[in-house]
Amino acid sequence: MKLSVFKAAAVALVLGATPAMAQDRLLNVSYDIARELFEALNPVFVEKWKADTGRDVTIEQSHAGSSKQARSILEGLPADVVTFNQETDVMALADGGMVAENWREAFPNGASPWYSMPAFLVREGNPKNIQDWSDLARDDVQAVFPNPRTSGNGRYTYLAAYAYGLRANNGDEAAAQDFVREILSNVPVFDTGGRAATQTFVERDIGDVLITFEAETRQIAAQYADRGLVAITPPVSLFAAFPVAVVEENTDRNGTTELANAYLNWLYSPEAQRILAESHNRVIDETVKAEFAGEFPEVELLTVEDVFGGWEQVMEQHFGSGGILDQVFVN
Amino acid sequence: MRRVLIGTAALLSAVFIVVPLVYIFVQAFSAGWGAYVANILDPNTLHAIWLTTLVAIIVVPVTIAFGIAASWLLSKFVFPGRGLLTTAIELPFSISPIIAGICYLLLYGRQGLLGGWLSQNDITILFALPGIIMVTMFVTTPFVVREVLPLMQAQGPDQEQAAVTLGAGGWQVFRRVTLPNIRWALLYGAVLCTARAVGEFGGVAIVSGSIRGKTNTLPLHVELLFNDLNVVGAFAASTVLTMIALVVLIVKTVLERRG
Repeated sequence: MKLSVFKAAAVALVLGATPAMAQDRLLNVSYDIARELFEALNPVFVEKWKADTGRDVTIEQSHAGSSKQARSILEGLPADVVTFNQETDVMALADGGMVAENWREAFPNGASPWYSMPAFLVREGNPKNIQDWSDLARDDVQAVFPNPRTSGNGRYTYLAAYAYGLRANNGDEAAAQDFVREILSNVPVFDTGGRAATQTFVERDIGDVLITFEAETRQIAAQYADRGLVAITPPVSLFAAFPVAVVEENTDRNGTTELANAYLNWLYSPEAQRILAESHNRVIDETVKAEFAGEFPEVELLTVEDVFGGWEQVMEQHFGSGGILDQVFVN
Repeated sequence: MRRVLIGTAALLSAVFIVVPLVYIFVQAFSAGWGAYVANILDPNTLHAIWLTTLVAIIVVPVTIAFGIAASWLLSKFVFPGRGLLTTAIELPFSISPIIAGICYLLLYGRQGLLGGWLSQNDITILFALPGIIMVTMFVTTPFVVREVLPLMQAQGPDQEQAAVTLGAGGWQVFRRVTLPNIRWALLYGAVLCTARAVGEFGGVAIVSGSIRGKTNTLPLHVELLFNDLNVVGAFAASTVLTMIALVVLIVKTVLERRG
């Protein structure tokens, strides 16, 4: 470590570069609840970048709802990279010409270094024995999840339930819609976002099951360990990507394209994947996967592409005005 | 009857104001002094405190200067469009700050009306200090005017006219006659303006970009920590906001006593 600092200083001297020139800066614009995750990741990358290139890098973070973040970037927030929890928000950036059209091919796994899926968090001892999506339609079960109209998290839950309904009824759309209508009618409160729904379930003690991303269910269970909450991953769920992209429009101007690509590629390294897995995210690196094998139960993942024909179609058919959500949402 | 009214007022103030305020401090210290201090000394929290203070330091004097000038103009002179100007100055009172934020976004944003020209000339307004200051100014503009203008109107231009006939210059009139007459109203306006500038959330949330350690103000930081399930951190940062408000109120009281 020390040696590399000397080396860097020597190189700088020889080249006559001022130290200020060796200062790199990267703005990572991210979703609202990823703060602690990147607080764990960034220092490790900073060290690695220093060791590899001899340059200091400062990574700045901005966190807010990812749709709002996308809008801000379109209006000039100088993001170098985005790390979002909604594919549609990266698509908005691609539509605005800020991100390459083929951003999904730019990085492995559809540009999603980690992933998750809607899962369940139930009360101590799982008194209502909730194991699968079909249990959510039972009359004695109250489910809590954010409003699918306002929350990306809620959208995933809605789509996962719908996908399950389609499969359980051999692709019968009407039956799937009845199934989802049943679940929605069992929701006592629709909060606008994921964290508010968590508050409703944990602090206000409303509902029998909270539905949110698997990583969240585990984090909440750990956070409120004294409550004995149990995280349950259903046998079937919907793949939720956490897409990343280089905002080329900005990196070209800032001269940070190489750094931005290195940063996002690094998220796929065993080192980074381990940190991601420690925060209960599912990862794709085989070595790290094996290390955490006992941690994550087997789950069959359906995808938006296979079940619904892609996000563009979903947004139009389900979430557009007068769409399927409007028809099954009776509240 | 009077007892019932007094009792109701006391109960309501306790429920709506005192208890929540005390609870902020209870929660902030719920994990002990160590955790409290560690949360406050977090570099990003310190930066948020500094940024919010900086915004107030810039915004409040400008708003005061503008408030005095506008009130002077509106109360001592008659000109066409005076009513319109009064309404325009009070507009921010009735507009939700989030709308101010969106207006600025649509005007100064990359896709906005002035966006192209601004980026060609390398001028950064949004998602940086200038944007935060401008939105805060928009929101706080009416506070000084609202306090000073009615007083100036009630007093009329007589005293100033008398001073002028006695040979006083413009600056002298302002310093010796106008300012002493309005100082309490001015002080009260400045206090309200400071409190608003420090606490502003909705408008700033739109234009700040919430870059931690750079454009994240204290209220935005509180929300961020709260979303992180970091309750102690959120309440610790809230105590700083509360204490800034208390200091402002104390300064006002002390000044009033001395005056």
